[in-house]
Amino acid sequence: MSQLWQTYHLPSTVEEAVDLLTNFAGGARIIAGGTDLMIDLRFGGGHATFDALVDVTRVAEMIQITPNDGWCVVGAAATHTAVVGNRDLEHGATCLVESCGVVGGPQVRNVGTLGGNVAHALPAADGTTSLVALDAEADVAWGDGRREWLPIASLFRGPGISAVDSSRDVLVAFRFRLSGEREGSAFKRIMRPQGVALPVLGCAVWVRLDESRQRYEDARVCLSPVAATPVRADAVEAELRGQPVGEASLSAAVAAAYATLHPRTSKYRATGEYREHMMETLLRRALPLAAERARTGVASAEGVGMG
Amino acid sequence: MSELRITVNSVDHILDVPESRTLAEVLRYDLGLTGTKIGCEEAECGICTVHVNGTPVNSCIFPAFKAQGARVLTIEGLAQGEQLHPLQEAFIEHGAVQCGFCTAGLIMTGAALIDENPDPDDHDIKVALKDTYCRCTGYVSVISAIKSAAAVQRGEAKLPVNEPVVSEPMRSVSRNEKVQDSIERVTGKAKYSDDFTFPGMAFARTLRSRYPHARILNIDTSKAEALPGVIAVLTHKDVPGENLHGLVYRDWPVLCADKVRYMGDSVAIVAAETQDIAAQALELIEVEYEPIQVVGDPVFAHSLEAPILHEGREGGNLLKHIKVRHGDIAQGFADADVIVEHTYHTATTDHAFLEPECAIGVPAGYDDDHQKLTVYVGSQIPYQDRNQIALALDIPEESVRVKGVLIGGGFGGKEDIAGQIHVSMLATVTGRPVKMLYTRQESLLAHPKRHATVIRIKTGAKSDGTLTAVEAELYGDGGAYASLSDKVMTRATTHATGPYEVPHAKIDCFAMYTNNPPSGAFRGFGVTQSAFAVEGNMDLLAEALDLDPVELRRRNALRVGSTTATGQLLRESVGLVETLDLVEKDMDRSSDFQWAWRDGDIAYGWGIACAYKNTGLGGGAPDRSDAEVEAFEDGTIEVRTSSADMGQGLATVLAQCAAEELGLPFKQVRVLLSDTDKTPNGGPTTASRQTYMSGNAVRLAAANLREMLSKVVAEEIDCPPETLRFEEGLVRHNGSNVRFGEAVRLAQTQGLSTRILQEYYGPKTQPLGTGGDMHFAFSYATQAALVAVDTLTGEVKVLKILSAADVGRAINPLQTQGQIEGGIVMALGNCLTEAFIMENGVPWSTLLARYKMPSIKHTPQITSHLVEHRTADGPFGAKGVGELPSINTTPAICNAIYNAVGVRVFRLPVDQDALYRAMRADQPELHTAWQDVK
Repeated sequence: MSQLWQTYHLPSTVEEAVDLLTNFAGGARIIAGGTDLMIDLRFGGGHATFDALVDVTRVAEMIQITPNDGWCVVGAAATHTAVVGNRDLEHGATCLVESCGVVGGPQVRNVGTLGGNVAHALPAADGTTSLVALDAEADVAWGDGRREWLPIASLFRGPGISAVDSSRDVLVAFRFRLSGEREGSAFKRIMRPQGVALPVLGCAVWVRLDESRQRYEDARVCLSPVAATPVRADAVEAELRGQPVGEASLSAAVAAAYATLHPRTSKYRATGEYREHMMETLLRRALPLAAERARTGVASAEGVGMG
Repeated sequence: MSELRITVNSVDHILDVPESRTLAEVLRYDLGLTGTKIGCEEAECGICTVHVNGTPVNSCIFPAFKAQGARVLTIEGLAQGEQLHPLQEAFIEHGAVQCGFCTAGLIMTGAALIDENPDPDDHDIKVALKDTYCRCTGYVSVISAIKSAAAVQRGEAKLPVNEPVVSEPMRSVSRNEKVQDSIERVTGKAKYSDDFTFPGMAFARTLRSRYPHARILNIDTSKAEALPGVIAVLTHKDVPGENLHGLVYRDWPVLCADKVRYMGDSVAIVAAETQDIAAQALELIEVEYEPIQVVGDPVFAHSLEAPILHEGREGGNLLKHIKVRHGDIAQGFADADVIVEHTYHTATTDHAFLEPECAIGVPAGYDDDHQKLTVYVGSQIPYQDRNQIALALDIPEESVRVKGVLIGGGFGGKEDIAGQIHVSMLATVTGRPVKMLYTRQESLLAHPKRHATVIRIKTGAKSDGTLTAVEAELYGDGGAYASLSDKVMTRATTHATGPYEVPHAKIDCFAMYTNNPPSGAFRGFGVTQSAFAVEGNMDLLAEALDLDPVELRRRNALRVGSTTATGQLLRESVGLVETLDLVEKDMDRSSDFQWAWRDGDIAYGWGIACAYKNTGLGGGAPDRSDAEVEAFEDGTIEVRTSSADMGQGLATVLAQCAAEELGLPFKQVRVLLSDTDKTPNGGPTTASRQTYMSGNAVRLAAANLREMLSKVVAEEIDCPPETLRFEEGLVRHNGSNVRFGEAVRLAQTQGLSTRILQEYYGPKTQPLGTGGDMHFAFSYATQAALVAVDTLTGEVKVLKILSAADVGRAINPLQTQGQIEGGIVMALGNCLTEAFIMENGVPWSTLLARYKMPSIKHTPQITSHLVEHRTADGPFGAKGVGELPSINTTPAICNAIYNAVGVRVFRLPVDQDALYRAMRADQPELHTAWQDVK
């Protein structure tokens, strides 16, 4: 294997990581788990090589998962395994645990990070889909020294294109409100057993019920991929808010998905027609599950490890 | 910071290594811990799994410096001294070790699991090992081994091994003797090609074609030669002998001169001081091409518009037209009350053995052990490698030694030449040992695959179900070079009536040259393809006639006394009906049996299919295997033959045959395989032939040795030789015993050689078209599959496979069962997950990530029966088994899908997307597959 990078760095702070990137002036890039990066470097074409890799998995604030006052901050370099094993997240961000639980196999989840999933900016990335439904924000340390919290959706510029430039900027952490009273979430997806391990379609939903626990007070839905970037399904959400939980609202939500979302055919993955129907299948699986979790306040992640 | 501090297996290291290393590279190449294998470098196969700070990771994509300061545990550190880890013991006991190449990965992943979860169930094991692949075992034995080891680690008794029931076990034969080298395989000590290094060794790479079809106008290697660290760059001009190789037809250039015919074609080879430099040098070789129209599929290849791949070749792109004519086809269809006719498509598939190809050439005179040019390689046909190397180098065969090493899976994919000739050339030119290791991606690109086929098949039957006629036309995509297309497609053709009595048949097969990767041998050898069509039509007939699918098959099943479509009278050893009976019994077809039912959104269905497969080359080809048995004064013997053990367990089988004949304890038998200087030619390891052929050669050699020793001992103790019994390592006579080793000493004292060479010729066969015995034995099988189809997604899950296989005799029952389980799961991939996709000659399946084989999560519950209708001339009645189970799994699953949801699949692999849409639209036929999603 030819030398894909020259030097390897293990900074212990975000500032140190940004400085390293700055010093290499584009010749270095961030590595977290490396489970995507290593494959891209080897097989991505273009024979990209780097002067340096800057490994952020020893930056303390980037690997911690910190629940605080109803919110949770998840370091971008937290592994999928760490997310899956976190009880606060399982209860308060069930969809995120479910989506991280179906990424790769254990060896990949043990190393691959949530930040890497987001930085890759694929419209169907599992963890990303759930973060969008959780209305998460991302903490970015820009190469110019600024550091700010941004809505997660604003990071995606196109398939595989992120606003965060890994040769300049550092994606530090994510934060979102943990599900509380009358709130719940769920993630479901469809895979195929052939070809690349990207979902045919993923679906994350978050709902809040009203005091009666019979009606949706609020809902957030992310179906992906239905566009070049992971997006909220506004029309689907609109059919849910204020409506009773049940077949009528579910059917309306499904109809809204058919009417407004038009997933495309992607070669050797799925036909647009199949994906359209899978929107229905997934909404019919995820929405009632999230609503039930919100109603009962009980949520244990399903399907972990069986991706 | 180029100092890497890591603790590996409790030993602290401070290493000065390039920071660009991966952990796998440091372990293997810097620390010499070669138990950790590299299978893909894509984090797909998981066989490189090691623990970093207690956590399993894929070391192939783990930068070594990421492990700075960490504790690393590899397979070499798992055992406590001589005391094996419970998993290592359990893997051996449960038969979970076949080729052994993935074993370290499975064990390391399993070890992490049972450390965390002391009592894992099937689900837990499937979650933990989901991305740790094994291509041999089918995972059934892996699951039971892990459960047993967990029990031991909990302080409980180990779990019983699922030993198959066999009839008339002998002293060693039909006993579950343990695989030779199994301890080495579970501890990481076993050495495969890439685990060998030699002082002064150089590293080689191959420049592949840029186009599927092009003329080569010019090759300029000057820039590559000028790169520091490059030792040699060779092209077609440097091939000393004939610039062609090939197993049946010699049509495959060693290095392309004027034309390339597929993307895997070799244009130049480089030897350099390091892998990196060799790879860089490839980029500096300038080749001028003139692209030619691509011949992308076999039907187009047969048309007049298609350019001819091998210009000047008689027959053009038609590699071979194979015909079966039997009875009067017009009469056959006139006799039919019902006729069904359909066209089936099968996909190109890859063996995906977990060990990519690797060959090492050591030049003549390198040291005392290498007086002649020596090639280390895991090959299925060492003597033919030697022949092909010698012809290309223009040297006598005897001046080449091919030294077989352990093979990390083959399945037919290691029969053709890969790097053997190239390393021989480079070693000769450079005077240094040269290693050529293919990357996984190169392996996918270069080596021959299973033929994609288009099969139109018309089957007729009377209203009572009696078959009257089969007419079929097959197109096989032979790819750029002949490889074994002739033989493989012949087998597809001769087996196209299925294991049934069909009085009238007319079958035509066109094996075509195309600009796709060559197609060659792959477990099932063409029969996997034709069985998909044959067995699909059988179920369609059953439906049309309103007959039970089992009954229809039983009515037509080959039996003793039947004649096959090639005119062969079956005189013995036809256990097909018994396999049907056993599977039907397991299906529990009591009054409430249903072929299909629904539970909510899930549709369940059973499907059934039969198979048969020849043992041996057949078709009039002289089938020969030579073996040698040598006895020593210490009471041990060594069995020698150049026949390949690629995980199927041949070494064990041969040892059992010898131990049986000589009444020796199994542990007193050693087996040496595949060294052309030390072991006689066992012939190719193909066509499920080695148990029969080399088994017989060894058995006869041992019997001759016994006869000779009998005479010696009889003379010594003054008794008739026929009264002596060879038992338990002794030669016995009425209570007086002579130790076997003593008998050997006595013989040697008399100047007799205790080394017996045996030439064995299989029973004579007849060429296709001449009638008579085309093959000397056939094996038979039935499988039933239970599937669950999610009607809301189209996803197909195989829940159960019930199998019964007539293997003549299971010389090693546990290993035989392992062949069946592994074959079933491999075939499940053929049905549901695998297709090697080409786009007009350009492979899309360039990564293992784009070629998914079944993982442990796909493993169904498998029940397997061994049926033993002895074949008179097989060793102790045995016939072939290796390919048999990979033939009827696909049609059994597809028949089950049809029964479950009413959609018949005519194209593989089954596509959930299209299946869902077909169910929704009430379309009963599915003619598109995954590769058609565009």
